[in-house]
Amino acid sequence: MNSKRPVNLDLTTIKFPLPALTSIAHRITGIILFIGLIFAFWALDKSLSSPQGFAAVSDALANNILVKLIAWGLLSALAYHFVAGIKHLLMDIDIGVTLESGVRKAQITVVVSAVLVILAGVWVW
Amino acid sequence: MVTNITNFGRSGLSDWLIQRISAIILALYTLFIVVYLLLNPGLDYATWSGLFAQTWMRIFSLLAFVSMAAHAWIGLWTVTTDYLKHTGIRLAVQTTIILAIFVFLVWGIQVLWGA
Repeated sequence: MNSKRPVNLDLTTIKFPLPALTSIAHRITGIILFIGLIFAFWALDKSLSSPQGFAAVSDALANNILVKLIAWGLLSALAYHFVAGIKHLLMDIDIGVTLESGVRKAQITVVVSAVLVILAGVWVW
Repeated sequence: MVTNITNFGRSGLSDWLIQRISAIILALYTLFIVVYLLLNPGLDYATWSGLFAQTWMRIFSLLAFVSMAAHAWIGLWTVTTDYLKHTGIRLAVQTTIILAIFVFLVWGIQVLWGA
């Protein structure tokens, strides 16, 4: 390796391309969803346990602002992870694997999941 | 040659395929639940518990939970292997994740069959 090559290790000057950011976001939302399983399984368990449990869950989702925020956050993470995952599956069958279409699909991923995040918010509220 | 002993299928290609199959199952389960909740805005306990009393729904749910276990294991194994360079810390975190997945799986089975 040529030791005279210019080296840039100043992280603040390195700009991630959009596909890199959407890839990292796919990982972050995956971690969020795994932690969110605690809430999902709790809600499923409670809602199926008894009529009182079902009422407690639906009441919390209807009236508790913190519960609404958690539900919206998890639905948003799910929506993004879902869309980015579909993008992966499309690339696996050789759809859009060029550099240009990679950027294009990253843009589509952001736009589609942004719409779903808003719709999820409308659903929760 | 790297020897994989903590990943799900002990082979990258196997993990790759399982990750995709489990993704499709989880996507279908997610769509089903979301569409069901959207179509039943005034959902009550009898309808909701009636759905989960059906054998096909329990099998579908168990399939989704098992897929979740494999999907989370493969995904989080990939992420932890990329970022946690210290072997001891990585092994500890991966062991914790696998135990958490096991707890979720047992919890899910208990919910489905009301232990």
